Amino acid sequence: MRKQLRLSGSGGQGVITAAIIFAEAAVAEGKEAAQSQSYGPEARGGASKAEVIIDDAPIYHPHVEQPDIVLAMTQKAADKYYTDLKPDGLLVLDTDLVPEPPDFPNVIRIPITKLAVEQVGKSLFANIVALGAIAHLTGLVNFETVKESVAHRVPPHTVEQNMKALQTGWDAAAKK
Amino acid sequence: MSKARLMQGNEACAEGAIAAGVRFFAGYPITPSTEIAETMAKLLPQYGGKFIQMEDEIGSMGAILGASLAGLKSMDATSGPGFSLKQELIGYAACAEIPCVLVNVQRVGPSTGQPTAPSQADVMQVRWGTHGDHPMIALAPWSVRETYDATVMAVNYSERFRTPVILLMDEIIGHLREKVELPDSVEVYERRKPKKTRAEGYEPYEPDEDLVPNVADFGKGYHIHVTGLLHDATGFPVGSPKVTEESIRRLHEKIARAGDEIIHTEEYFMEDAEYAVVAFGGTARTAYEAVRNAREAGKKVGLLRLMTIWPFADKVIEQLAAKVKGILVAELNYGQVVHEVRRAAQGKCLVELCGKYNMKSFEPKEIEAAIDEMCARRDA
Repeated sequence: MRKQLRLSGSGGQGVITAAIIFAEAAVAEGKEAAQSQSYGPEARGGASKAEVIIDDAPIYHPHVEQPDIVLAMTQKAADKYYTDLKPDGLLVLDTDLVPEPPDFPNVIRIPITKLAVEQVGKSLFANIVALGAIAHLTGLVNFETVKESVAHRVPPHTVEQNMKALQTGWDAAAKK
Repeated sequence: MSKARLMQGNEACAEGAIAAGVRFFAGYPITPSTEIAETMAKLLPQYGGKFIQMEDEIGSMGAILGASLAGLKSMDATSGPGFSLKQELIGYAACAEIPCVLVNVQRVGPSTGQPTAPSQADVMQVRWGTHGDHPMIALAPWSVRETYDATVMAVNYSERFRTPVILLMDEIIGHLREKVELPDSVEVYERRKPKKTRAEGYEPYEPDEDLVPNVADFGKGYHIHVTGLLHDATGFPVGSPKVTEESIRRLHEKIARAGDEIIHTEEYFMEDAEYAVVAFGGTARTAYEAVRNAREAGKKVGLLRLMTIWPFADKVIEQLAAKVKGILVAELNYGQVVHEVRRAAQGKCLVELCGKYNMKSFEPKEIEAAIDEMCARRDA
């Protein structure tokens, strides 16, 4: 069963890292995964988009055609990337950074960046909060596997904070 | 097999290079090839190799040629703007028969173009970018796993034929991460050593039976002279028509002799196909999905994927053209491989281009639509 995810925001928010970790978790569970991204030439700022396809069968065309879920961490990304969502797809928005939710039937708003600051201490962890939320909302990978993937990918001295961020995102999505 | 893991195409290229025995990398990082340099910088010291970030693209190419002459398997990676700058030294490597692998992860050009966007528009530059008659080997992988294999193959071919080999990647595969399982070991071609001593009359550029000379590495006790001027078996320039003609012929024939062995292609859904799509690199994956969808809709379409881009798969295309009514060439450019396919098809069937050059990779439905249009035109 193919699932297509798109994580979007601006350069520096860490959506590509979140997508890589999600894909790594899927691979750890024996699934096929294809992760790609598009971004501008800037190191910070500018539009940033990361995609993950998860499937049981081999994946040929490696880019998302119609996402099942779109995460948007900026207003600009929300406006740009929700348009080709499947009609029954899900749009996940950072409540504060996307003040004007696009007109889409299935929207979940989570104060992702605010939670990162309040619960973990830095907006830097917003991507992992988002990852926790996405992991819960998709149900594609086990929480324990995502935890392992996060621990494997982030710098060792930040593991504890990232675990907290992941849990915060997971719990926030669970309440929705 | 080791455990499955998520890996990026550019990382797989670096891993393949290490497995094939590359122990020297000089580069000037450029998007979308940067991760190759990053990974080599991390890996090479662990294997006793050397990584140098050079002052520019030309310096990088010069450094790998020097390292190769000194006996190390060497590699450099770049993208369009850097690839343009390296052309002169690619020709030097071809003429002086210096083994080396140059990776070109294609992005949109011309010039600085669109640094982060995919393209496949360097196909002809790979073949003819450097001046003069010269052979060329170029491989274009379509998956992360195949990038690993193709890099090993590129290193082996460069050593075996003593010629520059281009790994022609694209941004789609270079930046794609997917599940791979790497092999525990690979078949590696070790550079041949001189078969004679100086006393026995060793001449560095004397061709062996396969027309490839056994040039001694620098520092091994042999006197060698390396030049981009056309030279005889001694390695010293000779201004004669005979030596010139023989040299140019030998450079081509040493690779032509290997023939089909280095021309890798794959067919999918080709049985009873009346039409075919020809594609390579990242685009071939989209073409695969388009062809599979067309098959599901009852259309008799197949896919021929080119892994070896140069030398061109003339015979394979000629046979294909004799079998089908039409060939659609899908490539992320204004039309390059399509000209080669037309030449090789020799008018035996319709050959059409499905080109794209707007920063976006193909979507399956675009290639499906182009297949339908071609079929409609041909059957009209």
